[in-house]
Amino acid sequence: MHDRTIAELRKDLDSGAYSSVELTRHFLGRIERLDPGLNCYITVAAEPALAAAQRADRAIADGTAGPLTGIPIAHKDIFCTQGLRTSCGSRMLDTFIAPYDATVVERLAAAGAVMLGKTNMDEFAMGSSNETSFYGPVRNPWNPTRVPGGSSGGSAAAVAARLCVAATGTDTGGSIRQPAALCGITGIKPTYGRCSRWGMIAFASSLDQAGPMARSAADAALLLRAMAGFDPRDSTSVDTPVPDYLAGLDASLSGLRIGLPKEYFGEGLDNDVATSIQEAIREYERLGARVSEINLPNSPLSVPVYYVVAPAECSSNLARFDGVRYGHRCENPKDLDDLYKRSRAEGFGAEVQRRIMIGTYVLSAGYYDAYYLKAQKIRHLIADDFRHAFEQVDVILGPTSPTTAFPIGTKMDDPVAMYLNDIYTIATNLAGLPGMSIPVAPVDGMPVGLQIIGNYFDEGRLLNVAHRLQQTTDWHASPPPGWD
Amino acid sequence: MGLIREDVEKIAHLARLAVAPDQSERYAGDLNRILDLVAQMDAVDTQGVDPMAHPLHMVQRLRPDLPTEPNRRDRFQAIAPLTEAGLYLVPKVIE
Repeated sequence: MHDRTIAELRKDLDSGAYSSVELTRHFLGRIERLDPGLNCYITVAAEPALAAAQRADRAIADGTAGPLTGIPIAHKDIFCTQGLRTSCGSRMLDTFIAPYDATVVERLAAAGAVMLGKTNMDEFAMGSSNETSFYGPVRNPWNPTRVPGGSSGGSAAAVAARLCVAATGTDTGGSIRQPAALCGITGIKPTYGRCSRWGMIAFASSLDQAGPMARSAADAALLLRAMAGFDPRDSTSVDTPVPDYLAGLDASLSGLRIGLPKEYFGEGLDNDVATSIQEAIREYERLGARVSEINLPNSPLSVPVYYVVAPAECSSNLARFDGVRYGHRCENPKDLDDLYKRSRAEGFGAEVQRRIMIGTYVLSAGYYDAYYLKAQKIRHLIADDFRHAFEQVDVILGPTSPTTAFPIGTKMDDPVAMYLNDIYTIATNLAGLPGMSIPVAPVDGMPVGLQIIGNYFDEGRLLNVAHRLQQTTDWHASPPPGWD
Repeated sequence: MGLIREDVEKIAHLARLAVAPDQSERYAGDLNRILDLVAQMDAVDTQGVDPMAHPLHMVQRLRPDLPTEPNRRDRFQAIAPLTEAGLYLVPKVIE
């Protein structure tokens, strides 16, 4: 049953082929047996999952079940879950039991989804390989010596290895799309403000956005429909109606205008990855789309701009971890300053401390104009590039990541080399646009992700473009060898 | 000219991070490599460009200035490292 789509599971659950409790036990059994080799989960919530599955079975019997009732999913450990540890991949929150549910968690629970547990991630979502987690790296199910990508690496690997049906992720600079690409799954980062950030532990508040990670665009559409929507508790939540993402999935792509940014196919892109992307683009042409080259001239600046904006916001957001109200506290502090400094130094790993220091530096007196203000101006230029592009095309296609998954341990000593993994994903976060990654032809047995970028609130079109390719190809359907 | 050890120590103090003396040299190297990457911004002419405050150019939504949150002191203090009589405890601040 772990290889079925949500629509197939829905039919089986409704017809009584098996119950949600049986389905949940099946997944919990797989996790117990198989997750020690991958390390996807930080916390498995077996008892709450079975209780939720029982409630789901009652709803199915009552005829009150919705599309997600009884479907086992996992949450990235960045979303607060009431009564359950929410670690954010950090020693700082190793013992933190969230006192409330995140809006996204609340909405998926209200839709009847069963939470199996909390997935591993880069510490505070800062990383592109899942190696900065306090709980150790996640292994890529396609090759356990490789990284799964990050920061939502646990969610991506768990979905790929069939250790949950779908999962939530968050994306600040590529943290849904890059691991989705490296693990061969489908992930979508919605428009900034589309999903509530309430109860989602903040990293860079002007960039952070939640989204679903699944095995197909159709499954992702079902999850996003439940997750998205206005939330008065998030001051940046957008009050725009959520369309029915499923209604437009099958729409024809005839006449679709696809733009290929010259900057996304240049130096740095692996040749074999480029070949896979081109093959997918030819498939879109067969489906009736028209392809043209476009320019995003300022996009090469997105990495430098991001490494000012994101650390600056992170240094402010992470100031709340002070060893006083919750989280790690050092032993025997000699005074208040010592309490703050040692609690934070012991609680945060090296990458988080690097980013806090960069952020503190660029915001310090005398440097604001040269760094933060300059970055926010270039951010405007990057967003304008996209605005011009979307006057000519409907969607932008390109690679999600310049290479396939790299070996664990190879980039940890060079932060800048690690940052360049996100060279194609960061610009969308800076502009606030929705972006998606779907699997295309693998290279040497490792998955490759095609990135689809759309205009503001055009998630429905992205899902449609992804779904149509998944109707005529089976790149998304093959499980990693040994995980079927 | 890049950051030196003393700069890292000053930044670490502002960020309230206890960085051991043997780590500050290493952090200086890391931070300089990141700042070298960031320096690519210098070549861009941003004269007359407005800074982008919000991706959708939205303004802050306001709500009536009325209390909305219930008192959840007990629940929040249950996860605190050290409390007494409803108060958070820290080392003595005033002599």
